[in-house]
Amino acid sequence: MRSICTFITVLTVLPLLCHSFSNENPTDRRLLVLLDDFSIKSSHSIFFLSLQSRGFHLDFKLSDDPKLTLQRYGQYLYDGLILFSPISDSFGGSLNLGAVLDFVDSGGDLILAADASASDLVRNIATELGVDFDEDPSAMIIDHTSYAVSETEGDHSLIASDDFIQSDVILGKTKIEAPVLFKGIAHSLNPANSLVVKVLSASPSAYSFNPNSKLSQPPSLTGSAVSLVSVVQARNNARILISGSIDMFSNRFFTSAVQKAGSTNKYKKSGNQQFVTELSKWVFHERGHLRAVNVRHHKIGENDEPAIYRIKDDLVFSVEIYEWSGKSWEPYMANDVQVEFYMMSPYVLKTLATDQKGLYYTSFKVPDVYGVFQFKVDYHRLGYTSLSLSKQIPVRPFRHNEYERFITTAFPYYGASFTTMAGFFIFSFIFLYNK
Amino acid sequence: MAASETSSETTLRHAFGNVLSFFILLLIGVLAFSIRLFSVIKYESVIHEFDPYFNYRVTQFLTKNGIYDFWNWFDDRTWYPLGRVIGGTVYPGLTLTAGTIWWILNSLNIPLSVETVCVFTAPVFSALASWATYLLTKEVKGAGAGLTAAVLLAMVPSYISRSVAGSYDNEAVAIFALIFTFYLYIKTLNTGSLFYATLNAIAYFYMVCSWGGYTFIINLIPMHVLLCIVTGRYSSRLYIAYAPLVVLGTLLASLVPVVGFNAVMTSEHFASFLVFIIIHVVALVYYIKGVLSPRMFKVAVTLVLSVGLVVCFAAIAVLVALVASSPTKGWSGRSLSLLDPTYASKYIPIIASVSEHQPPTWPSYFMDINVLAFLVPAGIIACFSPLSDASSFVILYIVTSVYFSGVMVRLMLVLAPAACILSGIALSEAFEVFTRSIKFQLPGASINSQVSAGDNISDSTMAHNDMAKTDKSEDTLKERPSRKNRRKEKEPVEQPSIRSRIEKRLLVLPLEASILAILLLVFLGAFYVVHCVWAAAEAYSAPSIVLTSQSHDGLHVFDDFREAYAWLSHNTEVDDKVASWWDYGYQTTAMANRTVIVDNNTWNNTHIATVGTAMSSPEKAAWEIFNSLDVKYVLVVFGGLVGYPSDDINKFLWMVRIGGGVFPHIKEPDYLRDGQYRIDSEATPTMLNCLMYKLSYYRFVDTDGKAFDRVRRTEIGKKYFKLTHFEEVFTTHHWMVRIYKLKPQKNRIRGKIKKSKSKSSSTSTKRSGARKKNPWH
Repeated sequence: MRSICTFITVLTVLPLLCHSFSNENPTDRRLLVLLDDFSIKSSHSIFFLSLQSRGFHLDFKLSDDPKLTLQRYGQYLYDGLILFSPISDSFGGSLNLGAVLDFVDSGGDLILAADASASDLVRNIATELGVDFDEDPSAMIIDHTSYAVSETEGDHSLIASDDFIQSDVILGKTKIEAPVLFKGIAHSLNPANSLVVKVLSASPSAYSFNPNSKLSQPPSLTGSAVSLVSVVQARNNARILISGSIDMFSNRFFTSAVQKAGSTNKYKKSGNQQFVTELSKWVFHERGHLRAVNVRHHKIGENDEPAIYRIKDDLVFSVEIYEWSGKSWEPYMANDVQVEFYMMSPYVLKTLATDQKGLYYTSFKVPDVYGVFQFKVDYHRLGYTSLSLSKQIPVRPFRHNEYERFITTAFPYYGASFTTMAGFFIFSFIFLYNK
Repeated sequence: MAASETSSETTLRHAFGNVLSFFILLLIGVLAFSIRLFSVIKYESVIHEFDPYFNYRVTQFLTKNGIYDFWNWFDDRTWYPLGRVIGGTVYPGLTLTAGTIWWILNSLNIPLSVETVCVFTAPVFSALASWATYLLTKEVKGAGAGLTAAVLLAMVPSYISRSVAGSYDNEAVAIFALIFTFYLYIKTLNTGSLFYATLNAIAYFYMVCSWGGYTFIINLIPMHVLLCIVTGRYSSRLYIAYAPLVVLGTLLASLVPVVGFNAVMTSEHFASFLVFIIIHVVALVYYIKGVLSPRMFKVAVTLVLSVGLVVCFAAIAVLVALVASSPTKGWSGRSLSLLDPTYASKYIPIIASVSEHQPPTWPSYFMDINVLAFLVPAGIIACFSPLSDASSFVILYIVTSVYFSGVMVRLMLVLAPAACILSGIALSEAFEVFTRSIKFQLPGASINSQVSAGDNISDSTMAHNDMAKTDKSEDTLKERPSRKNRRKEKEPVEQPSIRSRIEKRLLVLPLEASILAILLLVFLGAFYVVHCVWAAAEAYSAPSIVLTSQSHDGLHVFDDFREAYAWLSHNTEVDDKVASWWDYGYQTTAMANRTVIVDNNTWNNTHIATVGTAMSSPEKAAWEIFNSLDVKYVLVVFGGLVGYPSDDINKFLWMVRIGGGVFPHIKEPDYLRDGQYRIDSEATPTMLNCLMYKLSYYRFVDTDGKAFDRVRRTEIGKKYFKLTHFEEVFTTHHWMVRIYKLKPQKNRIRGKIKKSKSKSSSTSTKRSGARKKNPWH
């Protein structure tokens, strides 16, 4: 029965992580870049170079390459996929909608860039990931108040947005000063979807419509419902970046000066490069990737993990959490990691103390309830990979000899029984020999 | 001269009778043991049914870890995540018995496996039970009746049904303990020996260890004591038989962890304490009566009565108030459903749902005790002539057990020994009358028989077949204390012996009638034997985990249960949780060694109701309930393909009822069309969409193209459907057990519905709509 008592670590998330993000050589990573035509390779070269300089192997392929495949012999050949092919209606080779989704489901990262007149394929991929592009194929995002000022008074479809998400994890610690240039299509998110996050929003005056036709009925996507760039972190921690504009990544937008309409600030360089580079760092797990190891617990004063606890035992629980910095695992610093001692509902909920070296620990008394408990760490923070650890541990009641042997309040009863015994003895003695 | 000759002759006959009855008893033991081996011969040496698997698992634990670990065993493999304290919630008698047998055998270098010992415990104890029946009946009506009763008990089908080889359940040893306790009580009553009284308390302790049915003893004996007091049969023997039993028995009973303080706190034990007080009052009254003069006694009586009544009423009022303050009046649900047969069906569906808790049908009486049902009344009449303390006890026993067996079919088991004892008495009395009639009328034997009849007249209370006769005529020689009371009775009998001799002559029946009657009785007995053997071989030997069916093309064996449990134990992680209806809990833990949510020890109604709710809910709600309980696999039993009637679809209404009893959003009428339970195209949408329906009938149409359910004898209502939150992982050869795995949560959440399948709507709201109907939150 020892095996029954032995608990098994149930790390629900970590095994999945290993697919996408091998802990052994996280620097040697390969990306497949799918292009509509090879001109994009040169027109977006700054972005690609920044990736290569960070250690990624880029494999450029035309999207209709007939030998296109993501996996061979059941092994994925790439760690990430960059889809810069907004107009191709189908992929070559074995690649299709299902293959891309399978790639994500097995932990691959994805950057998806659409453009005006994006193909159904790109739209379907986005929909499957929780992002809905405007259904009108000719629509673009238009903003008459926060467009980017240029020499020619255009149709205001080139917009400058600085409405970023407030998250150091996703966008880096350095604040992005300049607005980001965006020209493309808008999308919306289901508010009930907890996995997808709006990174770059449009201004309240933006709307999505065909710029060449007259606005006869209200546009379907307007104002703050419009999202320009969104990221998705799937439940297996695969990360996806979806942008409605492929130009956002281009050298031209990276280097052009920008002035937002109605603003006097003129920036020499748009925020695009910083924005895209930081986002790509997040997407390819160079930031915000947490790892929990060495989940341990033991009684106070002992070192070995017991197979079972007794009610009212005092125990110590510890876990080490590290964050990937792009080169090495660094201790993760936070003061809001909590552990639950859980059996159908949490009986103990404690915030873990940290030693600033990645070790989180706490100690508490096992509640006066027996059953099969779990240590649970459910740590979900915006931008970070989610940690869901649970470790099963049974808690038993007192053994028959662990109760107090003599209870003070029961002394009258002890007295009563002993006097009765003595009295009976004396009585029998007198009764038998009193003749 | 002649006297000494006759006495030596009777001694010889007596010795011969003793040896003969010893060998008869030995053969009865062999019969009781071997008639229960049909299951091993026809099937295999395997543990049967459901509860025995738990007992087997506990025994394994005991033999491996020792008694202290067993006592403190906290089992984390059942009732996840609550766990169960096995040591404190199990009647340890059976386990300790089998464990001890195994330990003794092993220390004698007889290397039997624990399973073998468990399989054969019940047959061994049924042999012991027959011997105990012999002892008990002998105390009541003599050795002849005892032997007859022992034979009858050895093969009574009701008892066989619970004690075939492999049926390793509490009742197997408890029936022996029950009869033996009664025997020791009667023995004490007849002898007035404190030694037997102590033994009686120990036997009672063994009974308390073994079975919850011990409350029957602790209520029946006080009833009998009260009966004796009321009918003016109070004696010091009665006091000795009763008072030590209450004191020692209660002390010992409270040592059993599962009983503990219940032995003094619950209403089931109340009667014994009340009678304990009464018997002391009566004893005091008798004592005072002996001390005082009659006149003084009258004065004392009026004085004591007036004061005593006031005190008594005050005490009773306090007690009644205490008892009434508890919601169930201090009675446990099972006891209440005994006293009020409609109680369970009204308030506790979980007790009513068990088939063995239903009232029996009339045919089941004939099936289970057969001809004994007709012999019992004759036995009762025989007990009344003359009425002794012992025979009044037997009458009380049969009357109460007939009532209880009428409430619950499972308590037929308590009735069976009583029926055997009384039938044994009836048969042996009848044989005695008929053989005597023949003896008196046989030419040339009349003088001798008159003499011997004269010898025996003093023992007219005894049964008189041949052996009994020799036994009884020795009374005066043996000086056994048990005869003390009889000797008292003897004196008045001795004087009118001539008159009774004439009476005896008058009792003689015509020769032809006697011979015919004996023949008929023998036929009756033969019929009983044939029926019992048939019942043992055909009706009660199936182990219920292996099923067979005889069809025109030969014997079919359905071994699906073990196939499924073996699959679980080989293909799932050791800590995976398997959800199923509670019937299969014990088997899953014992055979598959996987953690279960609920099992046959139905101690937590809410937990069972949760599983019932999940089974009655639509797929998504069920997934959430199961997921919150960390369930990985769901197991359903489905008989529609092979026509196995006790499958989950047939039990499903109980799941709905039990689930609805705790979670009111499950309503039974939603599953019934016009009050009818059906699964064909007329079934309600709730029924067709509930998890149990889907898991049972998933892909069923693939088998024959029509999806014809052989148990319900109809085509099912919804044939083509997909599972969204569960996936089929294993279905046994005959589709009797189907195992499904909970799909993990979707990795991604889709966006809006765009010309796509309808299922996306349910998944996209998974997070937001979650937990609402989940009873855990």
